[in-house]
Amino acid sequence: MKFKYLKLVILLLLVNSTFVFSQDIKVYNFNGFEKYLQKTGDKVYVVNFWATWCKPCVKEIPAFNKLYDEYTKQGVELILVNLDFGKDVQSRVKQFIKIHQIKAEVIILDDPDTNAWINKVDINWSGGIPATVIYNKSKRKLYEQSFEYEFLEKEVKSFL
Amino acid sequence: MKKQNILFALIMAVSFTVNAQGYQVGDKASDFNLKNVTGENLNLYNYADAEKGAIVIFTCNHCPYAIAYEDRIIELDKTFREKGYPVIAINPNDPEIAPEDSFEKMIERAKEKSFPFPYLFDEKQEVYKIYGATRTPHVYLLKKEGQDFKVAYIGTIDDNYKDAGQVSKKYLADAVNALLDNKKPDPDFTKAIGCSIKDKSTKK
Repeated sequence: MKFKYLKLVILLLLVNSTFVFSQDIKVYNFNGFEKYLQKTGDKVYVVNFWATWCKPCVKEIPAFNKLYDEYTKQGVELILVNLDFGKDVQSRVKQFIKIHQIKAEVIILDDPDTNAWINKVDINWSGGIPATVIYNKSKRKLYEQSFEYEFLEKEVKSFL
Repeated sequence: MKKQNILFALIMAVSFTVNAQGYQVGDKASDFNLKNVTGENLNLYNYADAEKGAIVIFTCNHCPYAIAYEDRIIELDKTFREKGYPVIAINPNDPEIAPEDSFEKMIERAKEKSFPFPYLFDEKQEVYKIYGATRTPHVYLLKKEGQDFKVAYIGTIDDNYKDAGQVSKKYLADAVNALLDNKKPDPDFTKAIGCSIKDKSTKK
């Protein structure tokens, strides 16, 4: 009886230890997230707002993956800001990252009073997704649209 | 002659800007005639229930933000239709991009949820452009002034799309109540995250 119990504990420990490796994605409210819009390094920062169920967002993921592969070493930092909500957001987003082989940093922005923060991202943003902010030390621009790789690359280059 | 040309160019430039940005609060809202899920067409300026105005909401079937607000939109219609401000929902999406938003699926959704309000299809994708809607849901509260409908509030329904129980600011309901009290809505413009409107002619 006791032995059985021990086995169960060992099994549980094993199962749990595998979960330790798949860490939870960081979740921020807007105040916590705002630092991602105000980085002051020498890089070009590309901040994309997306959701797993947003078709035009999903469509542009390969373009962002390619940007990550080809421009990370050249000083481009990509942050994918997920806006999913509802049940099982963590597992849904993790699954998505796996399937789409995303290597860039993914964070979750969970702040439902969106009217309070949309203008702080960019005054020209109406609130539709996908939307992307590209910025460096001296300038920034909002793109309320979906990207093809060629246009994304061209825009990023204009910031380098 | 030259002056006239400059004037013409100026007028064109101004009207282009207005068109590109859609309506602002205070603008006269143009009429529309769109197919309702009932099979009949609805004409804003001839819509009898719009006694004092109308709550025009660009929304759709597929978008999670729109779905999260469905029950609240039904409640808004129940509260304000009898006070002269009925909800008029308009789906602006191209079903070739968003198959869930086809006219047939709109009829299904309206039946499933027993929508008490008209649910119209902007099949030519003209009306949403004139209004300047960019996402679903996107609200235009109209107030009747004489024979005209004037835009009185543009924006979102409230300050929590995730949870109706956690709402602290009911922007739209407050705006309609302000109009019913002969006051100006404050704020008269808000923003919200929403699904981009699906249109092949744009990159969204």
